[in-house]
Amino acid sequence: MPAHSPKSRAPKSHYIRDIARLDTSSAPERVRAIRAAGVAAFQTTDYPNTRMEEWRHTNIAPIVGTPYQSLVAPTEHGLTLSDVAPFLLGDGAWTELVFVNGYFADDLSVKGALPRGAFAGSLWEALLSDSGLAEAHLNHYLGPRNTFTHLNNAMLQDGAFVYAPKNAALETPVHLVFLSTAQRGPETAAHPRNLFVADAGSQVTLVESHVHLAGDTPYFNNLVVEIAVEANASVERYKVVREGARGNLLATTEVRQARDSRFRSFAFTLEGAIVRNQMCVALDGEGAECELHGLMLDDGERLIDNAVNITHLRPHCRSRIAYKGILGDRSKGVFLGKVHVLPEAQQTDSNQLSNYMLLSDHATINTKPQLEIYADDVKCTHGATVGAPPEPVIFYFRSRGMDERTARGMLTYGFADEVVSEVSVAALRERLEAYVFEKYSPRR
Amino acid sequence: MLQIRNLHASVDGKEILRGIDLDVNPGEVHAIMGPNGSGKSTLAQVLAGHEVYEVPEDQSTVTFLGENLLEMPAEERARLGLFLAFQYPVEIPGITNEYFLRAALNETRKSRGLEEFDAMDFRELLQEKMAHINIDPGFAERFVNHGFSGGEKKRNEILQLAVLEPRLAILDETDSGLDIDALRIVSEGVNKLRSPNRAFIVVTHYQRLLNYIVPDFVHVLVNGRIVKSGDKNLALELEEKGYDWVKETFAGATA
Ligand SMILES: Nc1ncnc2c1ncn2[C@@H]1O[C@H](COP(=O)(O)OP(=O)(O)OP(=O)(O)O)[C@@H](O)[C@H]1O
Ligand SMILES: [Mg+2]
Repeated sequence: MPAHSPKSRAPKSHYIRDIARLDTSSAPERVRAIRAAGVAAFQTTDYPNTRMEEWRHTNIAPIVGTPYQSLVAPTEHGLTLSDVAPFLLGDGAWTELVFVNGYFADDLSVKGALPRGAFAGSLWEALLSDSGLAEAHLNHYLGPRNTFTHLNNAMLQDGAFVYAPKNAALETPVHLVFLSTAQRGPETAAHPRNLFVADAGSQVTLVESHVHLAGDTPYFNNLVVEIAVEANASVERYKVVREGARGNLLATTEVRQARDSRFRSFAFTLEGAIVRNQMCVALDGEGAECELHGLMLDDGERLIDNAVNITHLRPHCRSRIAYKGILGDRSKGVFLGKVHVLPEAQQTDSNQLSNYMLLSDHATINTKPQLEIYADDVKCTHGATVGAPPEPVIFYFRSRGMDERTARGMLTYGFADEVVSEVSVAALRERLEAYVFEKYSPRR
Repeated sequence: MLQIRNLHASVDGKEILRGIDLDVNPGEVHAIMGPNGSGKSTLAQVLAGHEVYEVPEDQSTVTFLGENLLEMPAEERARLGLFLAFQYPVEIPGITNEYFLRAALNETRKSRGLEEFDAMDFRELLQEKMAHINIDPGFAERFVNHGFSGGEKKRNEILQLAVLEPRLAILDETDSGLDIDALRIVSEGVNKLRSPNRAFIVVTHYQRLLNYIVPDFVHVLVNGRIVKSGDKNLALELEEKGYDWVKETFAGATA
């Protein structure tokens, strides 16, 4: 009989220690309640491990095994506007909020015009203000996902809060820049929390950049994002991950969509050590639609996991999943596309595609659709491809005077650009196009 | 310009071309007709340099512009001035026509020691070419053949021909799948690109195309061999009598 695999015994004491260091006196009642429930759940659940179905190919032992020291208050960042300028996109016209190691940095942020009643700023400040707006939504959408989301609750402090009031259209995107810097002393963890609320009939575009000035310093970001898309509202959300060579990110985004709402999302993972983007969408109103795109550019020894989890709760909803990836060197990629159709969700229309290009024999991708359907009148399809460009395509290039190396470079660029070209924010699209061109197009 | 002598080609030991001889001079248009599976596309692909076909180089020779074509990889043949308009052009999502064609043209220019086009100059050139052969300017920004209708794909091949300006263009059933208007646009495009130093080999099943693109010679390919050659009237005769006529009359004689 094979040896019984031991239960995860990785210590939690360093997190418990840091939770105790949090300042509770200034925290609103609601925050204290969320934290308390978070600590309890954190202590009673195992760390994610490869014996769990959802994490089978995603080995996060390097994160679990590191005794990170969590930040419990903002540190003196010592940065200037010119340090953050390269990460900004809006040319002074957008609202661009900078968060250093998870804490809002007012002095580094740009405030563009927002419609009356709209808000874009620090979650913590919003919670302390007496509007009650953030409090009303905070932690209403996050399900009991895993130990790290519990930990995020337990460490709940700052992050971004964006609110689009009823029928308001935010004309320029709101850009949230999460900047990790090198910390002295032990390896640090941050637990930022974002909350985006698009009230009925509103329209908003959000860009979330996860970037760093940490060089090769190791760090860990444990992020939770909650998004409420109310009736008839429309949200576009772009997430661009460029963490450091030894920067890890575990992110869970939880979206709740009301009747006739529209949510379009892009997750671009370009750099980092271990990056997991979990995107959970609950289609909780008739006629709601979501369109989820992802692109992972995997290199070196990097591990990227894109996990998508859609729940169709009501009739006549539509979901689209289109995730792609390019994997080179010894990198690993994981894609899990779960679609859950509840009995009430008749006339569900769901489709998922996952396409991966392998540039090296040592790179691996595990891609899996998982459909659980409890309604009978539904249309759910899925398709996946993994591989290199087919030979006839290469020959077509060669017959036009381009050699095989050039063809492969251009095709790799094209594979990525197919996703990038769907980005409707021009400044971001151009930045990403230049990035993938520089990375993959054939060099002379 | 092109001399083909005793060209054989096989795939996995199965012989498809069984000794083809053909001479093409600058300015000429040669039509190649023949029943399905007779080897027309194979001939086109072998000339373009597709490596799946084995050609016995001790028996067969192909000389193009004085060079031994069979020794050259496909990309060098293209840079030398050989162009194949595919029967089934592939789709390349993610790469715009403009980017694709600029890269292609620049590879050819580089190999000839000419200066490469930058993005601005190329855009101008491309717009000129599109206007010249009546192609929708929207083609430039679309991904190569991606989501194109059958007719659009064929037109796109002609656009590539116009931009790359080859010395010899082989059109493999560029007319199939075209409606009458598209056929006219495509053949007018080809006619505009005819010149005293450019030759065409036009593979087709239909005499109809040859009313527009009038050939100097018509060859009939059956079972891997050219069994009959003639002028444009041969196409009319074929149209009338069908391939069984050539098969019966000539195939036996050359077997
Ligand atoms: N790559 C290949 N592998 C195997 N068989 C091939 C290959 N290419 C061609 N053949 C075979 O060689 C024969 C000739 O094919 P080819 O495509 O050249 O015919 P064709 O004259 O162009 O026909 P059509 O008029 O239908 O286009 C056919 O029997 C075909 O199946
Ligand atoms: Mg053919």
